[in-house]
Amino acid sequence: MKNAWRFFLETLRVSLTGSKKYYLWVGFLLFCIFVGALAYVHQLKNGLIVTAMRDEVSWGFYISNFTFLVGVAAAAVLLVIPAYIYNFKPIKEIAVLGELLAVSAMVMCLVFVTVDIGRPDRFWHLIPKLGMLHFPTSLLSWDVIVLNGYLIINLCIAVYILYKMYHNEEPNKNVYWPLILISIPWAVSIHTVTAFLYNGLAARPFWNASILAPRFLASAFCSGPAFMLIIFQIVRKVSNIEISDKAIFKVAELIAYSMFINLFLLGAEWFKEYYSDTVHIASMKYLYEGLKGHSALVPWIWAATIFNVIAFFLFLIPKTRENFLTLNIGCVLIFIGVYIEKGMGLVVPGFTPDVLGEIYEYSPTNTELLVSLGVWALGLLVYTLLLKVAIPIQTGEFRVDKVARREVPEGEQVPAS
Amino acid sequence: MFRKKKYTEAERRSRRKFIKAIAAVAAAGIVPHRKAEALDVTWEEWTQQHFKRLTKEELERILKRLEEKYTREYGKKVSVTAEPPIPGVTFAYALDLSRCIGCRRCVYACVTEINQSRNPHMKTVKTTEEVNRRKSWLQWIRVLEMEKVKGINVEEAEIYYNPPKVPEEGKFYMPVQCQQCNNPPCTKVCPVVATWKEPDGIVVVDYNWCIGCRYCMAACPYGARHFNWVKPFIPKDELNPRTHYLGNRPRYAGVVEKCTFCVQRSRNGRYPACVEICPVGARKFGNLNDPESEIRYIIENKRVYIFKEELNTQPKFFYFFGV
Repeated sequence: MKNAWRFFLETLRVSLTGSKKYYLWVGFLLFCIFVGALAYVHQLKNGLIVTAMRDEVSWGFYISNFTFLVGVAAAAVLLVIPAYIYNFKPIKEIAVLGELLAVSAMVMCLVFVTVDIGRPDRFWHLIPKLGMLHFPTSLLSWDVIVLNGYLIINLCIAVYILYKMYHNEEPNKNVYWPLILISIPWAVSIHTVTAFLYNGLAARPFWNASILAPRFLASAFCSGPAFMLIIFQIVRKVSNIEISDKAIFKVAELIAYSMFINLFLLGAEWFKEYYSDTVHIASMKYLYEGLKGHSALVPWIWAATIFNVIAFFLFLIPKTRENFLTLNIGCVLIFIGVYIEKGMGLVVPGFTPDVLGEIYEYSPTNTELLVSLGVWALGLLVYTLLLKVAIPIQTGEFRVDKVARREVPEGEQVPAS
Repeated sequence: MFRKKKYTEAERRSRRKFIKAIAAVAAAGIVPHRKAEALDVTWEEWTQQHFKRLTKEELERILKRLEEKYTREYGKKVSVTAEPPIPGVTFAYALDLSRCIGCRRCVYACVTEINQSRNPHMKTVKTTEEVNRRKSWLQWIRVLEMEKVKGINVEEAEIYYNPPKVPEEGKFYMPVQCQQCNNPPCTKVCPVVATWKEPDGIVVVDYNWCIGCRYCMAACPYGARHFNWVKPFIPKDELNPRTHYLGNRPRYAGVVEKCTFCVQRSRNGRYPACVEICPVGARKFGNLNDPESEIRYIIENKRVYIFKEELNTQPKFFYFFGV
């Protein structure tokens, strides 16, 4: 217990001290969070009227971001499988970074749902027994469980392994192995459940396709790892952690496979809609061609499609995959591409046209954009703080023996042991 | 599923105690001390349990509290009741598509009867003023104007038709409101059971339990559910003072609402406001379980159309062709 407390204090110290650049970055994030919080207070005071959502399009930018971020959390599992199941050494050393990303993404997901609901003050109605969680009938209640569970599982794995490393001890396989084994199907479950959330609604033909859950998974295994690859490169620049090119190229290769499946499934959906050409094609048409003069999403979705196709080839061809310039271009393209496709490109067409054929063109208001900015900044801040602690533990700079032998700078004290 | 479980008095009491303890801890940080414009929550309201978990005394206390609150706010005597379903009654509705002239009198009668918010839901939408205005009103009934030659096809329907005179040549009109499904997709998805089907077939919302996630709105194939994007506003002199807890009492910001077949009227043996106002007698209402009722006669003798039948929602709202 004493060790745990000391570990906590030390991590707090490490996360609060850093270079000028670090303070600037954290300050910038705090500023964005502050702006987002102000926008949210404005929304709380006036109601969701300050968003562009209306009865016709009753979910918008917040839920789009939420859906995309559930996908980002998949980054963890794409690292965990090669690292632990196949014992692929280069990735094993950095798998914890993926788990921490999953934690941060889950935090963002939960906050995005919270800012979207009309009565956040009634959150306790979701607590079983105390409130009334509609489990297992409502898919949203499943989502509440799997998202919180995924957050806790990943946090446990990461904290346990880092804690052991900090104390220069070998992590006990009997402790973390079951968690790792649960975390893999659990990662699949968060995407499946989130897809089923939409999939189960017969009222919305655009979502009511059984291909939706596989599409979620395929695109999730692109966006999260693409984000990871960029983080890896930043991390190895600014810290002493060693991340081998081999690990990066391996992840890139996995992204190429996922993107292939994603594009294939998209093609399958296109075929079904356009060849059968029923009245249910309306949403698809709104998204890709525009419907009755309404075409706000058309340029976005085509950009996303083109980005994804280009990125697929960049990651498929070994020459461009192993060139850092093209690799990074690919990562950015995938991140933006999937953000559009699995965000606004998924949510808004489900409501357009609405169930009575009305077309209301949704486009987020400044309040929505600012609140979302705040939530993203919050997630990045969480990730930054977690990495600030995790990386020096990984590199061996921040360990219990090193801390004890550390020179005491002025005005700071080593906690009594 | 929920219905089967009976809670003992002791269970209820211990749960209430627990809730209050938790609430006391949480409230210090969470519940705003000063009333915000949109979320003005009092302590009693915040700790209030689900409608179906309330004891008789608790419910009575809540109804009284609401009556006092509304009476104070609107400057006239307001009654809030919670009449239970009448045993043996299942309400059903029928609408004669060959008679409806699209006058929208039902829409406006509904607005006044059920204390619909009168403030336009506009302000920040980045579209033109005109579009804003038409997007803005909360109405439980939407009348679709469709072309006779094209038949019933919502993709071709016009909601904002505005000719000098209705009905127009070659057009027909189809009012859509909650279909009070026997297999409602909306209640299934609610994460907190804030909405459910009553024994008399009416789908209701507990406005004090809804968390405003709007999942039910995504699930409803009839666009029957509406959200209070802003704090509702009803002019004092226009408030209908006879209200039902699960029906037409003034709502809160941030919760979902829907048609309840005028639960405040129908459970007292009266017709819903839309039935009463219809100038051409296109709207019929009655007890599905009564073999002598008009509604049964229509279903058994007329050509009946079920809206979106393929979704298996099993509406208790039947469209028919009377002539």
